[in-house]
Amino acid sequence: MNRIPILQMGSTLLVTIQVDMQDQMALALQDDLANKISATSAKGVLIDISALEIVDSFVGRMLASISGISRILDATTVVVGMQPAVAITLVELGLSLEGVRTALNVERGMELLQKSRKEKPLAR
Amino acid sequence: MPAEDSAGSQPLRSEEDIVASRQKVRALTQQLKFSLVDQTKMITAASELSRNTVVHGGGGSMRWELLDDGVRRGLRLHFEDQGPGIADVKLALTDGWTSGTGMGLGLPGSKRLVNEFELQSVPGQGTRVSITRWK
Repeated sequence: MNRIPILQMGSTLLVTIQVDMQDQMALALQDDLANKISATSAKGVLIDISALEIVDSFVGRMLASISGISRILDATTVVVGMQPAVAITLVELGLSLEGVRTALNVERGMELLQKSRKEKPLAR
Repeated sequence: MPAEDSAGSQPLRSEEDIVASRQKVRALTQQLKFSLVDQTKMITAASELSRNTVVHGGGGSMRWELLDDGVRRGLRLHFEDQGPGIADVKLALTDGWTSGTGMGLGLPGSKRLVNEFELQSVPGQGTRVSITRWK
């Protein structure tokens, strides 16, 4: 099975999902990210889904789990680049991705991660 | 007019087949010139129902039909399995009710994404979910 690559840039992990994922691939990404956050002490995770043409409840749940796992591991996750048609469909499906931070694009997502790092100086 | 297949079917036995069914539905909705939002809704509904067929139904198939009622064109998909069936259909269509593994959005959620939705299930014999979306 192919795995989604995770890139490290400073204390941020970058993931770009560019393929129509099988369910196992989504679960593997969740595990890989948890391990990578722990191994690198990353403070932020940026997941770019601009290439995804659909997000169904399985992938939606994966994004929510990653956000939850990273929060517990003291990292912030931002999901960026969701296509408007995907957002419309997700909400109608009944998934509003509560607890998942989002930004319109990679640039704004990086800003959000930098800001959240400054906001919690007491965390260390 | 290029020749079009107006009906067909493909197996739903594995996770790879779920991906293949999404791709098939994408091609069909593009062929029907659905708007991007309508394409996305139909593909998402197909993904949910394909997964149900594989995970809960123990495998089955997706049949598709291109519809033309003289005024508008549409796409109808049938997801069929010979699995354990659904004991309480009304309960299965309730938001948040889950048989254990998911979030309970698959059936009620996909119902919201289409124009017509029909569920037939006989415990012990199988389940058929049919969805239709008109252009």
